[in-house]
Amino acid sequence: MNKTDLSINFAGIKSPNPFWLASAPPTNSGYQVMKAFDAGWGGAVWKTLGVPVVNVSSRYGSTNYRDTRMAGLNNIELITDRPLADNLKEIEEVKKYFPDHAVIASLMVESKAEWQQIIKDVENAGADGIELNFGCPHGMCERGMGSAVGQEPEVLNTIVQWVMEASNIPVITKLTPNISDIREPALAAVSAGTDALSLINTIKSIVGIDLDTYAPYPVVDGKGTNGGYCGPAVKPIALHMLKELAGHPDIQKTPISGIGGIETWRDVVEFILLGATSVQVCTAVMHYGFGIVREMEAGLRQFMSDKGYETIYDFAGKAVPNVLEWKNLNLHYKVVASINADKCIGCDLCHIACDDGAHQAIALPENGSRIPEIIEENCVGCNLCSLVCPVEDCITMERRDDGSRFESWEERTLAGNTPSSFNDQRGGGVGHFVPPPADALKTKRRDRSGIRNK
Amino acid sequence: MAEFKRPESESDFHENFPAKKPLMNKSEAFYESSRCLYCYDAPCMDACPTHIDIPLFIKQIHTGNVEGAARTIYEANWFGNACGKVCPTQELCEGACVYNHQDIKPIDIGRLQNYATEAVMQSNKPLFSPGPDNGHKIAIIGAGPAGIATACELRVLGYDVHIFEAKDKPSGLTVYGTAPYKITNEEALREMDYLQNQLGFKIHFRSPINTPEKLKEITDNYEAVFLGLGLGATAWLGIPGEDLPGVVGAVEFVEELRMTKHALRIPDRVVVIGGGNTAMDAASESARMGAEQVYLVYRRSKQNMGAYDFEYATALAAGVKGVFEASPLAILGKEKATAVQFKKTDGSTFDIECDLVIKATGQAKQGKFMEMLPNIKLDAKGRIEVNERYQTSAPNFFAGGDAVNGGAEVVNAAYEGKNAALGIHEFIQSKTV
Repeated sequence: MNKTDLSINFAGIKSPNPFWLASAPPTNSGYQVMKAFDAGWGGAVWKTLGVPVVNVSSRYGSTNYRDTRMAGLNNIELITDRPLADNLKEIEEVKKYFPDHAVIASLMVESKAEWQQIIKDVENAGADGIELNFGCPHGMCERGMGSAVGQEPEVLNTIVQWVMEASNIPVITKLTPNISDIREPALAAVSAGTDALSLINTIKSIVGIDLDTYAPYPVVDGKGTNGGYCGPAVKPIALHMLKELAGHPDIQKTPISGIGGIETWRDVVEFILLGATSVQVCTAVMHYGFGIVREMEAGLRQFMSDKGYETIYDFAGKAVPNVLEWKNLNLHYKVVASINADKCIGCDLCHIACDDGAHQAIALPENGSRIPEIIEENCVGCNLCSLVCPVEDCITMERRDDGSRFESWEERTLAGNTPSSFNDQRGGGVGHFVPPPADALKTKRRDRSGIRNK
Repeated sequence: MAEFKRPESESDFHENFPAKKPLMNKSEAFYESSRCLYCYDAPCMDACPTHIDIPLFIKQIHTGNVEGAARTIYEANWFGNACGKVCPTQELCEGACVYNHQDIKPIDIGRLQNYATEAVMQSNKPLFSPGPDNGHKIAIIGAGPAGIATACELRVLGYDVHIFEAKDKPSGLTVYGTAPYKITNEEALREMDYLQNQLGFKIHFRSPINTPEKLKEITDNYEAVFLGLGLGATAWLGIPGEDLPGVVGAVEFVEELRMTKHALRIPDRVVVIGGGNTAMDAASESARMGAEQVYLVYRRSKQNMGAYDFEYATALAAGVKGVFEASPLAILGKEKATAVQFKKTDGSTFDIECDLVIKATGQAKQGKFMEMLPNIKLDAKGRIEVNERYQTSAPNFFAGGDAVNGGAEVVNAAYEGKNAALGIHEFIQSKTV
């Protein structure tokens, strides 16, 4: 194994590794942050400081998928409910024990005077940086803070300016995903001089309804409210928003801390490949405790060693150039599905997924065998069968074009070679096999149960 | 020393026969049901003789519609709970689970099935109700799985159904002939109560139809008759000493065990003759009742045994010793059986001393009963011949279960009974049009 150096310098905030705890319940106290540092976390963004709130009882709701608990987590807890002085004292103490670890104070207040005062307070306590909470989408936004700021680029820009005037330590602006174009608040923050960005905060959500009381989860005395959604379910949204910023010419020089559903080393690597140079984790810790960082660290080191990287900057952002607009993709690239009959267990999920959900390109043999067959001429290479197949490496997508031709939609548009009327013969599906509608009634699944219902 | 202490009490008895398929708790059912792949046209459904929509009921369990799961099961199979416990699921649904092809443990279908059926039985909530009275009366002879399944289906269709049963309990071999670690008497009878409470068929216990007069009374009063006769007593081997005390048939042995439980005294040394599943049960049960030494002797090789491999393994695990390629020549003894003499394939002979001989060499057909119905055709093996609607050669007589299939599982009888009911329904409709 080569020497891997996980340390980072994130907009001036130094940390022994890129694994930070996000501002959330796991960073509510000095006890938790110290325990986390002891377990291997490199940094922690303190639970948001401000005027202490009053919380409700019953604060989290969960999206469970099959046997997976907390595929998504919904949270209606507000910012810290503890006095600022207690938090400051604990920040100071943590920094004494862990001078080389990163302690970042998340802040959320209202007036310019409050912002500038609290910045001085956390600087004096020894915080290494500040994160501005413009993301919280529940409760605080009703009072004009949190995501209410993140959704108004002009207001956000003004507050970041107040902060930059007062701050002597690096400032990270944390963005809300509850907005149609994430680049707008990011640009507003960058133009106001923020040192760094972080995203995503949680997504407005209702995770479910109690089917007896008709109240949303988490239920507070028979009622509920929207929460902020996080956990593995939100990762794809976070990755996309990260790429929107990391690929933007006016933003890409600003360091970005990636947040959203990170649980494993694979998640970490993906966020770094899309441009994050620190990652923040909350739900995974709330589910499994601080110890999960060991899997992340070991996996990240293994990946870097396998690929020959010494620092995370060696590969940060490497996937960004590969994320294009649709119009720039190669229309001549062609893959088709291939089933490894030796591995196939005959569940026939690929057959029914393709027949009902895609392009009728997977047949079941007439002889009653359960090993399906690909009808290559019908296969559009959509991947669906390979996604539903429960057997590792059983269905693979194989390339059929020779790689010699490239033509994008944009090129075809410029050449005037795109379908332009409803029945244009240049449409991609023209001539593609589609069974006659009445064939649907011939292949009805045998209804053998409930023989009364014949 | 025997593996098992002789049971002195009911609780000792149950300790010696712990449930092979214990009830799942809610968490186990949740996690196990989550593993189901929901195969298209699932092979487990094909492998089930009653074609229960297994992926559907598993998904229903997983999504918390346990009553719906039970309905899915009972719509296909009136012995839904018993079958979850007594079916050789390794050979049927679970044997067909696609996970087997990947060397992954198949879905525990039988126990999931019981999770759902137990839940509705405990809630005592009816899933079905009798159809509107259609004015037609049907008689069923035999309250075994075939007869009860026929009765349930006919009640849903609105028939007045009377079952005539020689013994004093319903469900046939489910209660009288199954190994106690598969299903207890209470479990078997609870399902019968559950069905009867919903559907209201009438069972006349201790009412054997054993004379032409009784049979005539039935044919005179009912528009159609279903024969759910099952099989008869253990067949005779035709060897000397077979009538000595200390020689019993396996079916009779299992019945006595199930009815008397710990009160049944098993002597120290037992020889079981036979290679089928009943032989395995009798041998396992002898060992679990505290016999010191149990030999299972089969005339052909181990590979030729009719029993499922897992049933033989169960017997071995209870301490039974297998002896193969040895045919019984004679049962020795003066006042009672003291040994069995066997002949090996090379012609040499040997004796195994014992205090009890259990013959598990097949059951006779109900030949005597069928003599009363000379116009019903039997096949060469004495089985009742039926068409695809389970109608016999006498148009108002239908039949199913062991008397037709020669001896199979509860699930086969349940399927045949249900279909026979549909056959009877068609027959009655065609008569009345």
